[in-house]
Amino acid sequence: MLVDVRIKRFRPEQDAQPRWAAYRVEAEPTDRVLDALNTVKWRHDGSLAFRRSCAHGICGSDAMMINGRNRLACKVLIRDLRPPIVIEPMRGFPVAKDLIVDMDGFFAKYRSVKPYLITEEPAPQAERPQSPEQRERFEDTTKCILCGACTTSCPSFWANREYLGPAAIVQAHRFLFDSRDHGAAERLPVLNERSGVWRCRTIFNCTEACPRGINVTKAIGEVKKLLLRQSVK
Amino acid sequence: MPRPVVRHQYDAVIVGAGGAGLMAALEASKTCKTAVVSKLYPTRSHTGTAQGGIGAALGNVEPDSWEWHMFDTVKGGDYLADQDAVEFMCQEAIRVVYELEHMGLPFNRTPEGKIDQRRFGGHTKEFGKAPVRRSCYAADRTGHMILQTLYQQCIKQAVSFFDEFHLLDVLLQDGRCAGVVALCLATGEVHVFHAKAVLLATGGFGRMYKVTSNAHTLTGDGCTVVFRRGLPLEDMEFFQFHPTGIYKLGILITEGARGEGGILRNGRGERFMERYAPTLLDLAPRDMVSRAMYLEIREGRGIEGKDYLHLDLTHLDPSVIDRKLPDIADFVRTYLGVDPHRQPIPVQPTAHYAMGGIPTNLHAEVLDERGQVVPGLYAAGECACVSVHGANRLGTNSLVDIVVFGRRGGQRLAQWAPAADHLPLPKEPEVMAQEALSRLTTNLGGESAAQIRDELQQAMMAQVSVFRTEAGLKEALAAIVQLRVRYGRVDVQDKALRFNTELEEALELGCVLDLAWATTVAALARRESRGAHCREDFPDRDDANWLKHSLAVLRDGAISLSAKPVTITRFQPKPRVY
Repeated sequence: MLVDVRIKRFRPEQDAQPRWAAYRVEAEPTDRVLDALNTVKWRHDGSLAFRRSCAHGICGSDAMMINGRNRLACKVLIRDLRPPIVIEPMRGFPVAKDLIVDMDGFFAKYRSVKPYLITEEPAPQAERPQSPEQRERFEDTTKCILCGACTTSCPSFWANREYLGPAAIVQAHRFLFDSRDHGAAERLPVLNERSGVWRCRTIFNCTEACPRGINVTKAIGEVKKLLLRQSVK
Repeated sequence: MPRPVVRHQYDAVIVGAGGAGLMAALEASKTCKTAVVSKLYPTRSHTGTAQGGIGAALGNVEPDSWEWHMFDTVKGGDYLADQDAVEFMCQEAIRVVYELEHMGLPFNRTPEGKIDQRRFGGHTKEFGKAPVRRSCYAADRTGHMILQTLYQQCIKQAVSFFDEFHLLDVLLQDGRCAGVVALCLATGEVHVFHAKAVLLATGGFGRMYKVTSNAHTLTGDGCTVVFRRGLPLEDMEFFQFHPTGIYKLGILITEGARGEGGILRNGRGERFMERYAPTLLDLAPRDMVSRAMYLEIREGRGIEGKDYLHLDLTHLDPSVIDRKLPDIADFVRTYLGVDPHRQPIPVQPTAHYAMGGIPTNLHAEVLDERGQVVPGLYAAGECACVSVHGANRLGTNSLVDIVVFGRRGGQRLAQWAPAADHLPLPKEPEVMAQEALSRLTTNLGGESAAQIRDELQQAMMAQVSVFRTEAGLKEALAAIVQLRVRYGRVDVQDKALRFNTELEEALELGCVLDLAWATTVAALARRESRGAHCREDFPDRDDANWLKHSLAVLRDGAISLSAKPVTITRFQPKPRVY
């Protein structure tokens, strides 16, 4: 079948403003939106720029706004969308070219929460023990692929670009609730700053946007609770 | 017009930021000024898609030993693996798994709090008696956890990254490595990295096939640049097809699904593996299962007579699927609308893994055609051929390979580079890269890279996949030769410097064309069947004539083949029965 695709394009070397481009592409209902983007690139206009790699929702390269919602282009099928398919870059990051955004700020915030295991205990010969229940405690937030869909769907982030954003908080959660980690004292002050978790207004856009099904709002809530408990102590 | 050039000087440059590259970077950066150059943002690397687990004889849930792991790896590889390297890998596997856990990797746990382990294809106890639980896993996203954990450690250690830089060339001077040249995708500038040591960890090249589990970006850039510089590629004829790719899409369904009890069925509902591997059944090595599937389909026993079969998980406890295989359950729901609790999954073999690649010793040092070390050049992971996988890799051993040899290469480099000098660079080290870029953007030949790629992928799928014949391979070779000529007339429409992904795709096509060429030439020469290389016209393994590695070298525009002996220590070749 033929599908109408409208893409917000921006060529940094030529365009002062983004412009809309329309394509009519051959596609199967079971094709991914990524397949339609590839058809545009391979058959209509090779200059269309977007990131992609694994094409099945694991690498996190192709988060973009599709029919008004943030999704991975490789994880949404044409048959599940009402035509025309309208594709824009994620909102809130500088656009580098077409659907490619500059994610440097996003990753800087990720790094700021110290997203690595912090422990003073010397490593044993074998593994550090952890019960299945302790392991389960942070299972949900280990799934994050750093695609940016949550952060760029967050009105609090749109309003204030200093906000850490849901993705960085999810990454902090992954360690704060890991029984092997002792880095809370280093990590929590970052999360407690003006630009930290308190900017979250529990809007749930992040949870809806997450292509990995992470309950992002719940994770942020748990980090907030942890901070409150710490301040009571 | 030549592009702007930016120059850098580092002690060590690691190319690629998957498991092997990051592991190497962690080691190298302990003693050396190190840069990681990657065409993707590191967490986008393909290691992240590995699902089922990493094999190590921890013995956490039942007795196990690294010698059994070694035997399984050697037998799984149809006796082509170099056994000194396999021995090293299987011993080190235990140590690196604990090391990953210490770095924070969230493995699934046993009730006692140890790393949990599960069954996987070809992994057995007591030298082949029965399946063993050896695969250490984190749900069905073990690779994702490895990649995340290693990248987290790189952040902690403040490793320097050049993200979204595409490798264009490796610089060799008097048989030594002097650095690399890369394209900065964001700006279009050419960057020259002058280095004492370079470690290539650029991954595989499944994108030469139409149906593949591999990411769009897996185009063998590292293998290609060394091949074009006259260094050999080893065992290129051995390319693994994973039995369970999602029908038509090729997306991987982990072997862990069969490890947890999943069964392959044909159109009559039969568990057909009973006829092909009576002991290990569905957990036989991948080459054997993929061949069995092709035969079932060819004999009309596909589902409704079509070219796919069923992976049946419906008899499993739903909570096993939800807890241990959540991602693949999500994939089949998303892409097929199939509920794995209640419906079987349509699958077909999918191009998955290159056993061949850049020859190295077990220190990850690159070897030339005569087996001499190329000083300053290292390779690890799928782009390398140590060879630990021989003619067919066992499941979980790719993750073992990347962490063991990424680490080993990084350590070796960290010892060597501080005492070494920077070789003087040639006057214009970037000239070859500049010419290639300007050719693609100023051509008026009217050929489309996408069209050539389609034709290549179809030819490789039809003639250079699970079953091969002389006639078919010759047909593929003729097609590839023609496609390479046409590639010389590709014109990239996008003339922009910034994020020119059309140009990048054209560069990648050049790589897969060269590697498909080497694969087909090597496959045509090997007149026997061994592991993943199955010649219908030579159906038996022929140890008398072919128990040897192949080396393919590009010389004066043609590929010449030579042989390299196999290292055999503990396990003499035997018939391979499961």
